[in-house]
Amino acid sequence: MSAFTLNRRTLLKSAAIGSLGLTTGLLTQRSAFAADLTIGIIYVGSRDDYGWNQAHAVAAKALAAVPGVKVVEEENVPETVAVSKTMESMVELDGAGLIFATSFGYYSPFMVDAAKKYPDVQFRHAAPLWTDKDPKNAGSYFGYLDQAHYIDGIAAGLSTKSNKLGFVAAKPISSVLSNINSFTIGARKVNPNATVQVIFTGDWSMPVREAEATNALIDAGCDVITCHVDSPKTVIQNAEAKGVKSCGHNASQADLAPKGFITGAEYKWETIYKQYADTLTKGGELPNFLSGGYDLDFVQNTPYGAGATPEAIKAADAAKVEMKAKVPVFVGPLKDNTGKEVIPAGTSHAPYDPWIDQINFLVEGVTGSIT
Amino acid sequence: MSGTDIGFWGVPLAMFAGAIRVSTPFLFVSLGECLTEKSGRINLGLEGTLVFGAMSGYAVSYLTGSPWLGVLAAGISGMFFGAIHGYICKLPKVNDIAIGIAMMLFGTGLAFFFGKPFIQPQAPHLPSINLGGWSDYPQIQSALEINPLFLVGAVLAVAMWWAFKNTRWGLIIRMTGDSAPAALAMGYSVDLVRFLATTVGGFFAGVGGAFLSLYYPGAWSEGLSSGQGLMAVALVIFSRWNPLLCFGAALLFGAAGAIGPALQSVGITQGYYFFNAAPYLLTLFIMIASVSPKRSLKGAPGELSITK
Repeated sequence: MSAFTLNRRTLLKSAAIGSLGLTTGLLTQRSAFAADLTIGIIYVGSRDDYGWNQAHAVAAKALAAVPGVKVVEEENVPETVAVSKTMESMVELDGAGLIFATSFGYYSPFMVDAAKKYPDVQFRHAAPLWTDKDPKNAGSYFGYLDQAHYIDGIAAGLSTKSNKLGFVAAKPISSVLSNINSFTIGARKVNPNATVQVIFTGDWSMPVREAEATNALIDAGCDVITCHVDSPKTVIQNAEAKGVKSCGHNASQADLAPKGFITGAEYKWETIYKQYADTLTKGGELPNFLSGGYDLDFVQNTPYGAGATPEAIKAADAAKVEMKAKVPVFVGPLKDNTGKEVIPAGTSHAPYDPWIDQINFLVEGVTGSIT
Repeated sequence: MSGTDIGFWGVPLAMFAGAIRVSTPFLFVSLGECLTEKSGRINLGLEGTLVFGAMSGYAVSYLTGSPWLGVLAAGISGMFFGAIHGYICKLPKVNDIAIGIAMMLFGTGLAFFFGKPFIQPQAPHLPSINLGGWSDYPQIQSALEINPLFLVGAVLAVAMWWAFKNTRWGLIIRMTGDSAPAALAMGYSVDLVRFLATTVGGFFAGVGGAFLSLYYPGAWSEGLSSGQGLMAVALVIFSRWNPLLCFGAALLFGAAGAIGPALQSVGITQGYYFFNAAPYLLTLFIMIASVSPKRSLKGAPGELSITK
């Protein structure tokens, strides 16, 4: 529906593009001034969704506070040709020297095409999609949130009474599966009796079904609920209303659950954004591919809420130290939930191992299926 | 097995609970649409009205601290949308379906525009009535936490059914819907009757929206309605323009929506895409079943532009 919202920038653009026609060539030639950088950030939803977009918006705010950096933002940009127009107007009208396209579907063909059209502007996309074949002024950045979900799992495993944890997930793709698996491995490491029940809703944003899934998990006996959906607001709020504990995802949801919040897996895009801005204002070159986890301060956990038990806090704090030291989460022997061995004894997969990006199974201890 | 583990009984229970929790917006929108269509007009814009009602209800509840004022505000804003539709449609050579689609886009767009500042704050929710105190099972207790709006909707359905049959007003609306010339001959203004029916229908749809944002799932966000307003229109046809059947159909749709998550929660995890699609499949089957050439749309108001 958002395609039909009246969009100030698009409107301005269509009004101004005619008059700009002649000067366009000049504008695109302009190089970024050393100490003056305009950064455009594009969101697929609203900035204050308690989720994915908010995580970026929080970082955008921190970025705007850096001297010499100006931030322009646009929300509710669908993953269609609309994003091309937005990028165009950010470059042409706002003089953006760096653009962050934060939604998965912006990448191809929209961002790739824009990067070809404006070779002097840097484009960065928040998913690990960039390859050598793509333009050199484009790139990817990504945070390994599964490390923070592992910490969530440890805290949840020691905060549950029923030993049943619930996970409301959107789609069974590898980034979601690795979060579910890390959460489960964390929980079972500290509490071998813990099991995780997963419900897939089938889409990134389905408030009614997410609420139904949360209720179904609670009815099945789960007393800690976490999720991987775009906006965890519905899940966390419903869990709190039913009096069970919850772990967050993407951004901080702590204030939604004053009684039951344990901790949450959060991105810290701020680190990446500031690093980029710093490099560009100093005249350096941006890396095409940037990814990291706890060790690089790209992900973090929400401060503990009232739902976290003292043992949970102690164990989770210890695990954070391990994560910063790049201790692997996926260690053999490990079976999937159909009993098949997926990591043989004696081997392990370190953080950032490409193996983690290819995960297509649920580990032992998860009730659920990816088909 | 712990005392609260109810195993596979969870599925019918979840469907029952889902029927009650999820059906209310369907119920209100379909009752509103039923009223409008009975008068001989189709308002497809109720999806927009629902979304705008959700936004305005949440906003007013947040600003005044009273969720019931929010419900009222949602209803009144819905009335405005209904009134706009009703007014435009009485102009000559205007197609009510096209206006409905325009109003749908207008309503959602306007709701997103004004709704920006209300995504983050938390508004007070509507209270619920707990009817499950007799049971020791927390699942049954939570299933029987019933929102007063659901009960209001149920009473409204019965009242409308009765009123269509037994009151002068009901007769006028039905007559306008079945034959405009007859209504004119009796000295009633067809345009006025349809205008009022669309306006009141908009009120109901707005209240349905308030239920979404103020009770279940209970927050205003731009992805709040996943087509409930449109499905409710299909539901009216399914229930043959009978308010009582609208109530039943709304329950059925609510239950269908709960199947997907409920089956996964008891461990039937294969094929959840199929089960999640249940409400939409149901809509499709209903459409196919209701266009059978042998059974013409019984009970369809004669003046409706789809049946004319």
